[in-house]
Amino acid sequence: MVKYIIKRLLLSVLIIFGVSIILYALLRCMPGDYVTNKFTANPSVELSQERIDQMMELYGLNDNIIVGYWKWLFGNPTLGTRGAILFDFGNSFLYEQPVTQVIADNMWISFILTLVSLIIYYPLAVFLGTRAAVRQYGAFDYATTVLTMVGISFPTFFFSALVVKIFAYDLGWFDSALGLQSSGLINPTDWELFLNRAWHLVLPILVTVVLSIGSIMRYTRTNMLEVLNADYIRTARAKGLSERSVIYKHAFKNTMIPMVTMLAGLLPGLFGGSMILEDFFGINGIGLIGYTAMNQGDIPLVMGYNMFLAVLTVLGMLLTDIMYVIVDPRVKLTK
Amino acid sequence: MLFQKKKQENATVKVAPKGDAHYLTAKESREIAKSNAKIIRELEKRKKRHVPEEEYLCEMKDPQNIVEFDDLHTYFFTDAGVSKAVDGVTFSIPKGATVGVVGESGCGKSVTSLSLMQLVQAPQGQIVSGSIRFNMGDKAYDIAKMPVSEMQKIRGKQIAMIFQEPMTSLNPVFRIGYQLDEMVLLHQPGCTKEQAREHSLEMLKLVGIAAPERVYKCYPHELSGGMRQRVMIAIALSCDPRLIIADEPTTALDVTIQAQILDLLREIKEKIDGSIMLITHDLGVIAEMADYVVVMYAGRVIETGTTEEIFHSPLHPYTVGLQKSKPVVKRKVDRLYNIPGQVPNPIDMPNYCYFKERCDRCTAKCEGDYPHFIQVSPTHRVACYLYDKEGGEPNA
Repeated sequence: MVKYIIKRLLLSVLIIFGVSIILYALLRCMPGDYVTNKFTANPSVELSQERIDQMMELYGLNDNIIVGYWKWLFGNPTLGTRGAILFDFGNSFLYEQPVTQVIADNMWISFILTLVSLIIYYPLAVFLGTRAAVRQYGAFDYATTVLTMVGISFPTFFFSALVVKIFAYDLGWFDSALGLQSSGLINPTDWELFLNRAWHLVLPILVTVVLSIGSIMRYTRTNMLEVLNADYIRTARAKGLSERSVIYKHAFKNTMIPMVTMLAGLLPGLFGGSMILEDFFGINGIGLIGYTAMNQGDIPLVMGYNMFLAVLTVLGMLLTDIMYVIVDPRVKLTK
Repeated sequence: MLFQKKKQENATVKVAPKGDAHYLTAKESREIAKSNAKIIRELEKRKKRHVPEEEYLCEMKDPQNIVEFDDLHTYFFTDAGVSKAVDGVTFSIPKGATVGVVGESGCGKSVTSLSLMQLVQAPQGQIVSGSIRFNMGDKAYDIAKMPVSEMQKIRGKQIAMIFQEPMTSLNPVFRIGYQLDEMVLLHQPGCTKEQAREHSLEMLKLVGIAAPERVYKCYPHELSGGMRQRVMIAIALSCDPRLIIADEPTTALDVTIQAQILDLLREIKEKIDGSIMLITHDLGVIAEMADYVVVMYAGRVIETGTTEEIFHSPLHPYTVGLQKSKPVVKRKVDRLYNIPGQVPNPIDMPNYCYFKERCDRCTAKCEGDYPHFIQVSPTHRVACYLYDKEGGEPNA
């Protein structure tokens, strides 16, 4: 098992290396660059071509893709960076801070938002899915199916707009202004600040829960139905076990195998934030940061953000495999 | 797909304008679904309802019997129509005897046994009418009328079941020990975990497992098929049931293991002094194990008798055919006999002998209603017009 994990980790390095090449090439192929964006957007600033060239040189945008990638990976002596290989992703153009710093500063709010949603929707989805499977084609099954399908089908921005319209504008329960805290706070205590922020997070969490619950619920339902038709469930019934222990002990443990492993696969989503949602609600999370960086052509930050996601994805996949070993006694990792 | 449907439609028009089971119009299938839903809802309600004991208390016809099936009907309400999987089955299992139930695949053997456990795949599968009288010693219950909550006390404790597929019949995520202990803890209130463990180990020893301590800690996938079937038998035995239903216990095993498992079953029957209902399509197994034989065809019993009678003087043409199609070591034949045709579709069966189309000894009388039972000897009964005393001489 240890050997397997080491092998997988080494393989991961290779994967991440490949991902970084593709990402960098794609980013550099994007039309427009940071310098052009910054100065052409502001017509009051007239810059000479000479000055622009100087800026391009400074931001390392004059190099071709290969040289640029080389400098990104192994460090740029003129800028004094040590390169991504030593976990130095350079300075963000936009924030003029090290990329790692920017990510670390904005990651946690996204993490809290997603984690709280996950804690709410995952058990709820599993519960609903199980109930729906047990009463297949019953009223409960149809009701949850329709509602969760509606949830899946809503685009994030549309549902967010709907929620804000109803709960913030019409009912006035929430602050309709964007952002994480109310503007009118004067010298708030820590506790007040916390409550205020938590209140602002309720709507984004609601949106995430409603949009994510459907797929997990459907997945649980399918799994549960499959397990309920298995021979060992008939054996359990033949033993004289009550319907409750047949379903919530014998069937549930088997249903949970793919569910628990799927949980491990959600790791990148947990830290990666969500671009549209954070943009809509004006939460300065990592998703929004990544989105702006992409728009502005902030190459070091976009690279850093995406590498972060790539590492999380690869780790999430490894974790999924390890989870299988933990929850399913039949699976053994070898080689 | 479209083309196929059209072709079928044409065929329907030409050959059988009405009642072709293979083609349904949208209207027909809607009607079927509607009536199915209605019947299923009623039957399901009856099972969940709290029923007072008096309603399912009954009298055994013969107190020496452990189970009496009386005109049992178990139907499956499918989208294509009502499939009469068990259609008026009547036979009994005496105390301490092994009763073998034989027949082709799909003739209702398993469904009969599952009805006895109330384990028919619900909601499509339902016991529609008839009774299954089960002798509890001091009283008798009609299982067909029992609510699920009461049935759970009988399952496992009074009637235990061994299934066909040992590979998939054990829960893969629980250890063997847990699955064994569970049974004891459930049916013997006040039993501690240590006692349950002791009992389980004893059971594993009883079914001939050499290293019970090791097997106790194993997961099902770590054992071979034969071992798993032994474990299944150990689970079935652990509460001293009055009746063990063995639903093709050896079908999935190779021949040497088959022999071992059959020996084990025979030994165990003597030890626990219970009855066995052995379901199989293997006549060899029946000949070796059973005291009485019930031959089923298309959801009905067509012949019953002692093993001697069925093997030495089979009467029903189907039973005769079954025996002819069994390979025998010393007999030399060019081609093994097979009964022509196949088991008819159990949906919309006509009311004449179901075996008529495949039978080579049909008489004019066979055109009539489904034949009733004819008592040939005190233990031997057959449902065939050939043996009807009022006409037609028995030419067997």
